[in-house]
This record gives sequence, structure tokens and C-alpha cells, in this order.
Amino acid sequence: MAVAFDEMNIPGGDLRPAYQELARWLKETPPEALEYRRQEAELLFRRIGITFAVYGDSESTERLIPFDVIPRIMSGKEWALLEKGLKQRVRALNMFLRDIYHGRDILRAEVVPDDLIFQNPVFRPEMNGQQVPHDVYVHIAGIDIVRVDAEDFIVLEDNARTPSGVSYMLENREIMMRLFPDLFARHRVAPVERYPDELLAALRSVAPQSASGEPTVALLTPGVYNSAYYEHSFLADKLGIELVEGRDLIVKNNEVFMRTTEGVKRVDVIYRRVDDDFLDPLTFRPDSVLGVPGLMSAYAAGNITLANAVGTGIADDKAIYSYMPDIVKFYLGEEPILKNVPTWRCREPKDLAYVLDNLGELVVKEVHGSGGYGMLIGPAATKATIEAFREKLKREPEGFIAQPTLALSTCPTCTATGLAPRHVDLRPFVLTGSKSTTIVPGGLTRVALKEGSLVVNSSQGGGTKDTWILDE
Amino acid sequence: MLSRTAENLYWLARYVERAEYLARTIDATLRVTALPAAYIGKTNEWDSALLTAGVAASFYQTYEEANEHNVVEYLSFSSNNPSSIRNCIEAARLNSRSVRTALTSEMWDTINSAWIELQEVWNKGTSTREDLAKFLRFVQETSLRFDGSAYRTMLRNDAYWFSRMGVHLERADNTARILDVKYHVLLPEEEHVGGPLDFYQWTSILRSVSALTAYHWVYRETLKPWLIADLLILNDTLPRSLASCYGNLVRNLDQIGVAYGRQGPAQRHARGIRNRLEHSNMNDIFQHGVHEFIQEFIADNSRLGEIITKQYLI
Repeated sequence: MAVAFDEMNIPGGDLRPAYQELARWLKETPPEALEYRRQEAELLFRRIGITFAVYGDSESTERLIPFDVIPRIMSGKEWALLEKGLKQRVRALNMFLRDIYHGRDILRAEVVPDDLIFQNPVFRPEMNGQQVPHDVYVHIAGIDIVRVDAEDFIVLEDNARTPSGVSYMLENREIMMRLFPDLFARHRVAPVERYPDELLAALRSVAPQSASGEPTVALLTPGVYNSAYYEHSFLADKLGIELVEGRDLIVKNNEVFMRTTEGVKRVDVIYRRVDDDFLDPLTFRPDSVLGVPGLMSAYAAGNITLANAVGTGIADDKAIYSYMPDIVKFYLGEEPILKNVPTWRCREPKDLAYVLDNLGELVVKEVHGSGGYGMLIGPAATKATIEAFREKLKREPEGFIAQPTLALSTCPTCTATGLAPRHVDLRPFVLTGSKSTTIVPGGLTRVALKEGSLVVNSSQGGGTKDTWILDE
Repeated sequence: MLSRTAENLYWLARYVERAEYLARTIDATLRVTALPAAYIGKTNEWDSALLTAGVAASFYQTYEEANEHNVVEYLSFSSNNPSSIRNCIEAARLNSRSVRTALTSEMWDTINSAWIELQEVWNKGTSTREDLAKFLRFVQETSLRFDGSAYRTMLRNDAYWFSRMGVHLERADNTARILDVKYHVLLPEEEHVGGPLDFYQWTSILRSVSALTAYHWVYRETLKPWLIADLLILNDTLPRSLASCYGNLVRNLDQIGVAYGRQGPAQRHARGIRNRLEHSNMNDIFQHGVHEFIQEFIADNSRLGEIITKQYLI
């Protein structure tokens, strides 16, 4: 694997302009001071209760995501390009979903194969012909971005269902401002704090027609045992909306109500953080206790807006991902600004043959997997793991895609032996309302804390960093 | 507000109040059992502690003897006892997480940091008396901090009133339970069969409701059992008296009634109990039978809990 692109240091000893002030500051700041702040940050996270749960880990049901105090910095110019690319990508995602559940032009034009849609478990036939307000399907998108050089931004994954992590973007900034006021004074960092306002505005803008002038928005959570529960309560609080569980909601005459101490109250928009499968036991999994019986019929009647819409999984599927450049071109007639990672579709015999021959160098992912589970990183895997994967691939090739192992960019990060480069990615959050698409400048930077590791997922030992976009 | 949120706030306050009460009970029992046997007579104070906590029956399913070790263990640390201090704190934290949006950050911080701090106590236990005393003090301080931050930081709206109702309902129950277990040492002089031994029982009762100093301020008298009963039942200047708890419950329910523009069975029921307390005096109560009076009160109080639940919380 080639030497990774470092976002601070240019080979030969020079610094990239965005990092010059930080480098100066790091020189002036003794390492103990940094360590002390790091501990302080951890204490703050624990006291605020910013924790997440790792499923299948009974030892510690609540864990902290390690926070790295060295910010990741991007210039305003870099951000402008990224922002443009993200808006383009999300517009295309929304048009694609609208098309898939209505006219299906893209299938007729044979840009995307039929069976990839119709045989896909995340395709929701319930959504066929269903109108969603303003044709917005993906109100909140989390697009995972990586860099391998100074020029390009590459999309690693589109998250169009219930992307999480935005609370870390906001809390990381709060904590950084508290711990390093002097460092902030020396930079002009674009603020992220208006995210909750923009989210609320976007959610209100897509209320159904039958809603009152002041639509009621609620956030639907699976409950305190969900791994992202902290984020749910955090967002509900910042948005000033009720945090509801399935049992708080009832459906009467195809309208959705929440049970309050003053009787029932109509809800117009649900920002749901519950997966499709669990939303309505009458339509989807009958054993779900997290959902609301009858919700889908209220949805079909147009009395409730769900954000994100039902059935968006078809757009963030890893097999569909490989078609994204074509999807962008098909709907927008534009060249995609953000690149895709070259992807081999194991469902295609030629690709599969290549993948099987080169397993040791590739990253193989489950089409429906997430969170870094069920993934093979060839260069880091043992022979036995590779062989096991080979068998899986042969048995069910359509369940996998493969990509080259990218040398993700690195950023300076605190480690036990001082500052060292670690691999990072970035998840900006793209909001789409009835009229506009907005992105607060920044996002969640995830960092693989282990030396050489490329896995940034928090469930697998990744940490986070504050992400600074310089306002120039 | 969401019914579930109101329910969580109400129970959160109850759990914290209960934890404090248990800590006080253990504390008071430790003091009285430290006295030479000649001063306290033959009653098993650890048995009384279990009774006032309302967990005697379940205790004897696991343990044979009510001694200091077993009772402290069961009331403080046992995860099998649903109302041990440990389970109260755990439940309070869980409730807090579910209603974070309705709590101020100060309240959350109190519960969360207490919970974090106590993990170590759960893991290691308290090996010395000193450790135990520190733990009991910490629990009481947590409750004070929680109460204080609620008082100082919460908006005065239904969230606050539901939380206050939890405090007062639980407090009334706790005070009534002590009276229920100890009524026999509080009978008036002529009926009283005890002796000077009871002095230590009386201080113990007052201590468990943090009213020892208050007694002297109110009555300016040596300890008299019927005055202690008067203080705990009828004196509405004592925050843990039944009368005070009901004054507050009626007020909170009225505030909710006004805010929602409608009253219901909870308001009527609470007012009924308050009126009975207001129009009683100790003579009548003694004549009627203290024990009967207290038992009726406990039943009425838990009935109010049910009515509130039905009217607002589900």
C-alpha cells in the first residue's frame, strides 16, 4: 500500500496552509498540557453521559467513544468543493428513490439492473406509487467521505436510512471550545451550532398538507437501550421536540397521536431513528414492539411525514453504490463531483473471478452490512480468515462487493507515544427540506486509533475528532 | 407533556427519595444498635428497619437472621431487593436517561455522577464502618443535591410538579411506615407501658426523618412520645410530616389542574386526605387508634398513587 496522504504534513517537511497555526500552537504547548486536556475531555464526556452501547458486549453496556483533542482542519476552499459535491449526490439520491417507487425510468434505461432493486430485501413494495411530501425521501443523509490525495473527495458509503453521529459533531465542538479557547481565538472556524435549527426547519417544511400551520415534530427512538440513544435525546432536546417511543404513539383514523398528560395530541412529522423493519408491526415485522401499529396506513393516507422516508435503504445499499456515478449522470446530466471507490460487484462473474484471485489486497464488504461488521480487509487478514471469506463469496457472491484497500488520509492524533498520523474519514450531514439542501460546515471525523488500522467505526475501536472548516 | 415522561419524572423523584430514606433508616439503626443492650430493650432494631422499608417478607426468603450484616447488605447493595438503595439509584439513572430532555443538566449531572461514583461501591462493597457511613452520607447528599437542583433549576411547569408529587408521595409513605412500625412506643403516657428505654427509640425515629433538632425547636420540651407523633403526623411545618406532604401534594395537583384547565379524581382524593389531616388532633387519633389511623393513611396514600397514574401517567 502506498504511503498515505497526510492532511497536515507535505512530504519534504512543509505544512499544508490550513494546519500552520495549529502546528505553531502544538510547538508552544507542552505534551503534558495536551494529556491533561485529553483527560478533562474524557471526564466531560462521561459526566454528560455521551456514551454508546456496543451490541453483544455484556462487559460494558455503556462506553465512551474515544475523543482525540487534535482537530482535523480543512480549508474553506476544500469545503466549498465538497459541499457542492454532497448536494449533487443527495439530490441524485432523492431523485433515484422517487423514480424507483414511481416511473422507474432508470430501470427502463437499463442503467441499474432490475433484480438489484426487486430482489433486494430493503426495497419496500409498500412504497410503490406512494406520494411523499415534496418528493423528499432522504431528509438527513450522512455521506462518508475519505481522501487519498489533496485533490479528490471519495464517497465511501451513502447513509440514507438513519445516519447517526451528528451529536458528536456538536458535542465535540462544544468540548473543544471549552478546553481550547486560545486555539479557537487563533483560527476562524466556521460554526456548526445551527445544525439543530436547520434540521427542525427542514423537518417542518415537509409536514403533510393536513398538518396545522405549526406542525408538530417528534423524534421516534427505539429507547434507552439503543446504541445511539444519547444522540436521540440530545437532538430532541436541541430541537425542542418530544422524544417518543413506539408506545407513546397511537394511530386513530389514520392520524398519529402521542399520549400526553393532557390527552392525545396529533403528530405531523416523525424524525424516526427506528429502522423500517420495526416501524409498524402490522406492515413489517409482527414481533416488533418498538413501532406503532397502523403507522404505515397513516403514512399511506398522507397524514404523517416520516423522515427519512420508508424504503430509502435501496439507495444506500452497497451494490447500488457502485452505480452512483451513473445515477448522478442519469438524473442530473452532470459529471459527479465526488468520486466513487472503484467497486467490483461479486454478482458479476468476471468481477467475482478477479476478486477471488486478489482477496489478499481487497476490502470485501457485505452488501447489506454496516458498522464495519462482516468486512474483510485483505491486507490485514490472516490466511484462515481469507479462506473463510472465499467460501462465503463462492456460496453467495451477490451478497458482496469488493474494493481496493484505500490508503485513507491521515491526521496528527494523540497516541501513547506522542502525536502520530492516524487514518480518518469524514461524515458530513446533508439536510434536505422542501426548498433547499443545507450542510453545516463540518461533520464527524472518525479516526482509527490503532496504528495502521483503517477501521474507523466506533464499534471497532475508532475515535472521533472535531472537524474545523476554516472561514477564509 | 408525554405521559411516559411525566411517569418517569414522578418515579425518578420517588426512587431518589426512597434511597435517601433507606440511608437514613440504616444510619439511625446503626446508632441505636451501637448502644449497650440495656438501653434499647429486646426489640430487634434490624427487624424494624426491614419492616419500615416494607421488605421484611422478601428478606426472609434469602436470609435467616436479621442482623446488621444481612440487613445492611439487603437494604443497601442487594440487586435482588427491588427497593435496595442500589436498585433505587440504578432505576433513577435509567429513568433519567429516558427523560433527559425533561431534566435540567444539573439534575442529570447529580444522578449520573452519583451513579458513576457508586459503581465502585457496588463492585467492592463497604468493608469498614467508616466506608459504610461514607456511603450512607453520599446517598443522602445525592438526594439533597437532586432536590436542590430541581428546586433551583427546573421551570415551574408540569414537569416540576410531577417530580415534586413523586417526592411528597414517597415521603408520606416513608414517614407513615416508620409510624406504623413504631407506633407502640409513641402511645400517650397513660397507655404507655415502656420506660426510659424508649428514649433511644424516639431519637432513632426522629433521626430517620431528620427531625431531631426540629422537635426541640417546635416543642421546646424533652422528648414526649405523643408530641413526636404530633410532629410527624400533624405538624405541617415539618417537611416530612404527613400534613406537610399532603399540603404539597394538594398544591402540586392544583397547579397541574390549573395548567391543564381541568381537575379530576386525583385532586379530589388528595384534598380529602389533606382535610382529614387538617381537622384531626392527636387526642382523636389516639382515641381512634394510632395504628388504625396510620394503616388507613398508608392505604389512602397508595390509592392516590394509583389515581395519579391512571389520570396522568398512562
